[in-house]
Amino acid sequence: MNITLSVNGEERSTDVEPRRLLVHHLRDDLGLTGTNVGCDTSSCGACTVLMDGESVKSCTVLAVQADGRQITTIEGLAATAAGGDGEVGALHPMQRAFHEQHGLQCGFCTPGMVLAAVSLLDENPHPTEADVRLGLEGNLCRCTGYHNIVKAVLAAAGQEVPA
Amino acid sequence: MTATEATAEAATGRGIGSRLPRKEDARLLTGEARFVDDLAIPGALWMGMVRSPYAHARIGNVDASAALAVPGVRHVFTGADLRDAWTAAMPCAWPVTEDMKAADHWPVAVDKACYVGDIVAVVAADDRYAAVDGVDAVEVDYDPLEAVVDLEDAASDRVVIHEGLGTNRSYTWTLTPEPEAVERAFAEATHVVRERYLQQRLIPSAIEPRGVAVVPGVYGGDLTLYSATQIPHILRVMIAATCGVPEAKVRVIAPSVGGGFGSKLDVYAEDLIAVALARRLGVPTRWTEGRSENSVATIQGRGQIQDMELAADADGKLTAVRVKLLADMGAYMQLATPGIPLLGAFLYGGVYDVPAYSFECTGVFTTKTPTDAYRGAGRPEATYAIERAMESLAREVGVDAAEIRRRNYVPADRFPYDGSSGLTFDSGDYEPTLDRALELIGVRDRRAEQQRRRDAGDTKHLGLGIATYVEMCGLAPSRVLASLRYAAGGWEAATVRVLPTGTVQVVSGATPHGQGHETSWSQIVADKLGVDPDSVEVLHSDTAISPMGMDTYGSRSLPVGGVAVGMATDQVLDKARTLAAHQLECAEDDLELVEGELRVKGTPTKAMTLQAIAFEAFSAHNLPDGMEPNLIGQVTYDPPNFVFPFGTHVAVVEVDEETGSVSLLDYAAVDDCGVQVNPMIVEGQLHGGIVQGAAQALWEEAVYDDDGLLRNPTLADYCVPTAAEVPSFKLDHTVTPSPTNPLGVKGIGEAGTIVSTPTVINAIVDALAPLGITDITMPATPERVWNLIREARGEAR
Repeated sequence: MNITLSVNGEERSTDVEPRRLLVHHLRDDLGLTGTNVGCDTSSCGACTVLMDGESVKSCTVLAVQADGRQITTIEGLAATAAGGDGEVGALHPMQRAFHEQHGLQCGFCTPGMVLAAVSLLDENPHPTEADVRLGLEGNLCRCTGYHNIVKAVLAAAGQEVPA
Repeated sequence: MTATEATAEAATGRGIGSRLPRKEDARLLTGEARFVDDLAIPGALWMGMVRSPYAHARIGNVDASAALAVPGVRHVFTGADLRDAWTAAMPCAWPVTEDMKAADHWPVAVDKACYVGDIVAVVAADDRYAAVDGVDAVEVDYDPLEAVVDLEDAASDRVVIHEGLGTNRSYTWTLTPEPEAVERAFAEATHVVRERYLQQRLIPSAIEPRGVAVVPGVYGGDLTLYSATQIPHILRVMIAATCGVPEAKVRVIAPSVGGGFGSKLDVYAEDLIAVALARRLGVPTRWTEGRSENSVATIQGRGQIQDMELAADADGKLTAVRVKLLADMGAYMQLATPGIPLLGAFLYGGVYDVPAYSFECTGVFTTKTPTDAYRGAGRPEATYAIERAMESLAREVGVDAAEIRRRNYVPADRFPYDGSSGLTFDSGDYEPTLDRALELIGVRDRRAEQQRRRDAGDTKHLGLGIATYVEMCGLAPSRVLASLRYAAGGWEAATVRVLPTGTVQVVSGATPHGQGHETSWSQIVADKLGVDPDSVEVLHSDTAISPMGMDTYGSRSLPVGGVAVGMATDQVLDKARTLAAHQLECAEDDLELVEGELRVKGTPTKAMTLQAIAFEAFSAHNLPDGMEPNLIGQVTYDPPNFVFPFGTHVAVVEVDEETGSVSLLDYAAVDDCGVQVNPMIVEGQLHGGIVQGAAQALWEEAVYDDDGLLRNPTLADYCVPTAAEVPSFKLDHTVTPSPTNPLGVKGIGEAGTIVSTPTVINAIVDALAPLGITDITMPATPERVWNLIREARGEAR
């Protein structure tokens, strides 16, 4: 089937098998390998992308379901989301917060975690620590123990960050 | 140095001690980093593994016809087809005893499958979807045999798994320097504690599953292997040893690697299959593990029955520790499987002054996924046993958990301390970490609140748990490894080169997969050379760039690899000094390093920048006689001893007796890893480690049924904690430098995991103490806690 997605602001038209997952379409067909696959039960959230501005697990969306939708992957976050200045090498404020607060170690869960966090603040711009922890429940990280991820999200929300 | 002083120092610089944000981050935050599955490899065949669904079965006919009819499927190979692709079976580098028994483990099983997940056939296809379709279409006849799941059942040899060995008992390894002293201590003891603890099996669950890709050079006979591995250097040796490829023809690259925790410290069947097929077919091959596949195909951790005994005098002062382990090897020996329990063998006395010591471990085969190193590897098990048993001793003696520890800590003035297990502990000062951790958690208020709830008959019980640990890490002095019969050494290599334009390249044999070596190594070099860390580039994880290395595991990177980087930098500085003294016509001793230049003392205008010195070394126009034209330092450092980080953690939990659920409310950790190169990275290692250890206490277990089937192979039912299940942590540290190495550093990668498990269990047991509950089997799931409470109350289950 032929589908057309707006990916990171660019129209991409491709023939795909009906069973193809959005995450494999992004990775294998469009070469956007920043979106990762960490499980097979929609549990880990490494594949989180934004679809029409809302976070979805792209392993649980068929490519054909994304036809006509706007997709933001980690590669396009800085350029397409509010606060990014579109320059090569620029970081979105959430990416910057993860960097400054040491919210990543191996970095495999990071693209999904960052996009989930962006979506979380979009829905709730002033979350409490508990809101952040509950809001990120769909994204697993094995390295950081979440401590600094939570700090990063609170910092990106402009809130007081505990030590 | 106090924590406050260290923080103040860190705020001012970008060298050692500074909280420098990581150089690695930008590429990982933007999707630019490349993990194995991200690599574009034109023409590669995707491999899919046909795995045994039985724990123990004879393999009959393998019918590939339907699979070969699947569009995109090119080949199907059985174990028999591939048997001659390897010159040796899969390697085990740690035959712990002279008479250790082990069966040959071939990458693809030939006659018999010995665990669920054992590979029976391999499909090669044009894309990843076709590979999966092909795997589903291969039909294998199995003749199921009895599974061997329980460790004591395995040891009984009721069913012998590897018939050729005649037994499931692989080895018994003992460490009892003075048997009579141990016997005497138990005979004369006022208090004796005897406990049995179960270390459940854990699934390491790095968020990136494993992956491998092999690109063969058909005409040159070379091959490049990309692997999600912690050990590219060791893997290269093992590829040469098992695949019949000359080592010099093998290049191994670990691209970005998404966490390891020991699970990528191995030589796996899929690596060797990818090499075999690439060579046989003359095209690139690749494979990426699925998550449920990972749960059975990647090694698991822990898996022990621990019989722990303490002898103590009337004051509760320890006089002996005696431990017997039954350790689950799984179906086969992987790279270090038999040696993992031995990494804890020296530490069952923990942080305490133990005059007499006895350790014995028997390794047994079961029909389950092989075990091997998982974060802490042997040391969490040891720490759990001693820190749980000390609680029993405290009860026996009638003192509290803090007091029993204070009475037994090795005193600070005894270091370096020769332990009765045979180790020399380099440096330590344990009690201040306990004091500070209790202060951080607010022990008085917590105890008052606990009592208030108890008096009020509150159904939500508060518990406070303490554990103090010391670990041996920085693996390892090669001679010690030799005495433990480990096949390789424990050194690490580093090269530091100043390029003609003055920027610095560091080549490290350590292989980071989340630890931030590029940042920390830059800080070490920057600190010594007086340059900006941004002018230092760290290269690693590619055997063509970094030909020598022993890789990253066992909290070894900084105390071995980082120290090597520091020593190589010292060589650069020495040579720079000689060159500068020659050109400035002064004595070397007259030069001082200030702001990145060597200046003549008292005449600061007479100076050469590092950049100028590097260019002089490059142009070679005016070097001292006999000096080689380069500015390079190169070191292979073999540590003279392990390093011994330590600390005390305190957890506060709430146990709801109506539901059995346990909430981790608060957690304080005070650790001492000597000098901290980057405190931000140290804290990050601790945060992650604490959650991983707490997960063993509360949530995680690889659950096998009686037929040897893993019942929870997905992340939907193997409960890796989320952000919602854990609190933020209160951290502090003390600094007791290691005298073992010139940087004074100790490892910190495993510490959190080593100590948090007993800390959390101690807290749960403390909460339930009024009910007479003294122990709980891990993980302390709501069902288990609820049943335990009901039993304690004499209510029927």
